[in-house]
Amino acid sequence: MKFGVVRFPGSCDEVDALHACRLFGDAELLWHGDRELHEVDAVIVPGGFSYGDYLRVGAIARFSPVMETVQEFALAGGPVLGICNGFQVLCEAGLLPGALLPNAGLRFVCRQVELEVVNRETPFTRACEPGERLSIPVKHFTGCFYARGEALDELEANGQVLLRYAEGHNPNGSLRDIAGVTNRQKNVMGLMPHPEHAVDPLTGSTDGGRLFESVAAHVAELAPAAA
Amino acid sequence: MRARVLIRPKEGILDPQGQAVERALPALGFEGVANVRIGRLVELDVDDPGKVPAMCERLLSNPLIEDYEVLVMESAGS
Repeated sequence: MKFGVVRFPGSCDEVDALHACRLFGDAELLWHGDRELHEVDAVIVPGGFSYGDYLRVGAIARFSPVMETVQEFALAGGPVLGICNGFQVLCEAGLLPGALLPNAGLRFVCRQVELEVVNRETPFTRACEPGERLSIPVKHFTGCFYARGEALDELEANGQVLLRYAEGHNPNGSLRDIAGVTNRQKNVMGLMPHPEHAVDPLTGSTDGGRLFESVAAHVAELAPAAA
Repeated sequence: MRARVLIRPKEGILDPQGQAVERALPALGFEGVANVRIGRLVELDVDDPGKVPAMCERLLSNPLIEDYEVLVMESAGS
């Protein structure tokens, strides 16, 4: 299977994301100005500061040519994973519910956090073990997940909350400790922590690989002949 | 026409910037300050001010977390 990793001007985690994807499949970069997705089976929208994050995080990147195609790809059921700035872009694009606000502590946070896997029955978390906790770093200023009260209830009732910061690990004031969510159809996920920075024992944890492994397994199941 | 758009965090949305400023003012001797909220100001020259609300909905604000208010000035450069 093949992952596509979007590169915007201002992206900074696309190379790590590419590396993480290549541990579980093929991967190539998708240029922001190019509408063509080059027949990838899954799309990663990586972290960084797309288009300088001017105006509002993710607000301008969502209108880039590649995002138009990513939107179509997502609406057709293709798996799309947004990490950090990618999460912000997908929220702005309306592909994910909610919005990301500045951290409650008004500080940039950069540290390892523990995450609880809330729902394992999705294309992004299916490789996780029951009750597994993931150790993955965060590094952001605008990561406080917000949605209206009734929308939060709906997310939880539909199993759309996939990852939660473990007790004492919420770094940004995210409502209900939400670290990662999906859309209703569960083919688009966004999370603030950086799984692509946790795929090698050299950096302390390989737990982030679970997400990429899950997506690869999901794609392989959909198209066993092509896998 | 010159248009001025005021963008504010919606009521109930956490505004850590406002909170930080609210804490800083008494430290400088300015007592009696409450409910500080910090938003954004966008000024622009537009041929048709009627289009500004649509610009706010699509790009200038995120309607989920922000309110906007459009003020149209008499003439450009005022």
